[in-house]
Amino acid sequence: MSVMSRDEVESLIQEVLEVYPAKAKKDRTKHLAPNDHELEQSKKCITSNKKSLPGVMTIRGCAYAGSKGVVWGPVKDMIHISHGPVGCGQYSRAGRRNYYIGTTGVNAFVTMNFTSDFQEKDIVFGGDKKLAKLIDEIETLFPLNKGVTIQSECPIGLIGDDIEAVAKKKTAEHGKTVVPVRCEGFRGVSQSLGHHIANDAVRDWVLSARDEDDSFPTTPYDVAIIGDYNIGGDAWSSRILLEEMGLRVVAQWSGDGTISEMELTPKVKLNLVHCYRSMNYISRHMEEKYKIPWIEYNFFGPTKTVESLRKIAAHFDETIQAKCEEVIEKYRPEWDAVIAKFRPRLEGKRVMLYVGGLRPRHVIGAYEDLGMEVVGTGYEFGHNDDYDRTIKEMGDATLLYDDVTGYEFEEFVKAVKPDLIGSGIKEKYIFQKMGVPFRQMHSWDYSGPYHGFDGFAIFARDMDMTLNNPCWKMLQAPWKKTEAAAADSAVAASA
Amino acid sequence: MPNVMIRQDQSGKKTLYVAKRDLEEDIVSIEFEAADRWGGDITLADGSTYYIEPLDVAPDLPITIRAKRGGEG
Repeated sequence: MSVMSRDEVESLIQEVLEVYPAKAKKDRTKHLAPNDHELEQSKKCITSNKKSLPGVMTIRGCAYAGSKGVVWGPVKDMIHISHGPVGCGQYSRAGRRNYYIGTTGVNAFVTMNFTSDFQEKDIVFGGDKKLAKLIDEIETLFPLNKGVTIQSECPIGLIGDDIEAVAKKKTAEHGKTVVPVRCEGFRGVSQSLGHHIANDAVRDWVLSARDEDDSFPTTPYDVAIIGDYNIGGDAWSSRILLEEMGLRVVAQWSGDGTISEMELTPKVKLNLVHCYRSMNYISRHMEEKYKIPWIEYNFFGPTKTVESLRKIAAHFDETIQAKCEEVIEKYRPEWDAVIAKFRPRLEGKRVMLYVGGLRPRHVIGAYEDLGMEVVGTGYEFGHNDDYDRTIKEMGDATLLYDDVTGYEFEEFVKAVKPDLIGSGIKEKYIFQKMGVPFRQMHSWDYSGPYHGFDGFAIFARDMDMTLNNPCWKMLQAPWKKTEAAAADSAVAASA
Repeated sequence: MPNVMIRQDQSGKKTLYVAKRDLEEDIVSIEFEAADRWGGDITLADGSTYYIEPLDVAPDLPITIRAKRGGEG
């Protein structure tokens, strides 16, 4: 199908919304729009970060998911207590593939689940005593932990436990950082507020720990990677590029990160922000308090990676800029080979995305490098500043959808007929059963890394093996095939 | 009375950011920008206005500061 015009996109949106009751239709209309390059501000065309409509299928998470799952969870040498009933921690355990180096259960704890397992009596009489006991037990059983965070689940806020008091007491007792995080799931409309709360907790309880301490030797080339969660090893494939350029990566936030890296971050010269949505708050704070500038960068696909490397190098002196060019030249043959191999197989294919955080706009460049076109994109929990940035990246009159419902997404796919969908696990099997190739783009479908030049090779291979998989031709039972289709497959089989 | 953050990017362009409202907008004009008097009415690129109680010294940017939304009086 050829590219849709603006009118076609608008009429598609209207058509899809037709089934809703009037009030729901009015609400959802604001969240769907064709992209308009003439707009500077996304709020003129799309509304975001609003409460989801009751009764529709949404795939948003909660504030606890944003704090424990995203921001704090990957900090590997701290123990993150899911404070409250057992389920929140257990069912979100180890699903995000934040890789780390360490011995799990000895000095790293990312994939483990620690919970206070609230029972009725804890709700009635309060859970502070249990929490204090739990922290003591952690000290006995896991003495190599470098700190504890208390990730509140809903009941903590509802019954009004004073976790801050417990945290202060235990910090004094054990001499380790204990961070209370007020990320009860009912706060905010999605996981996005959880990111903010977690950022504020870092600011209040961790960041200023070494303000008076100058013993850390600094160099003029110190940087921190902010907002890279090392999914499938992403942060590592980013880090080697920065290090080859001559920069020193002092901290990784928070994939494969440690608390001491976080405490040292105020000593760096530049903060590199990958996931703007979840970590811009702390970057802005560091800029104000420590005068550390921050820049956003994008390591998906060679075009954007090269652009970002040059942008980062521009903040440093000529030696770094020269080395940056060397690095680019070193990897050029590698990515040229990847493009030469996969572009002919993927050229002209159309992709629809629906993910969270930074990917709905960041991966567009990577697809374009492979000759593919992104025809629709949307955020689960993006804000208007995300859409401001997206408008420029997307083609004119392409479909934008915010907090899209299961029904709308299905209908859009039926009408737009993309060749590939990139979204989450909740959408995966619906679309695969509909016969549309699908990549799970939250944790790279058990693959990765996708960042940097090394990651691009894996990205291209994954897209190819999904799109050109022979299974898509076999979805229809042989006796239901029409003759034309049978002739097609005979040709394909003989080819 | 939101808390706003005013920052200056490398090209010298000033932006005003309000986390709670997802507002990140270029500043078109600030009423007082002298070294000894800074603040007053701030106009943004989208036309909205904010008011900051004028400061006696020009601050180091970025700065988080209390501001009144235009029309709040």
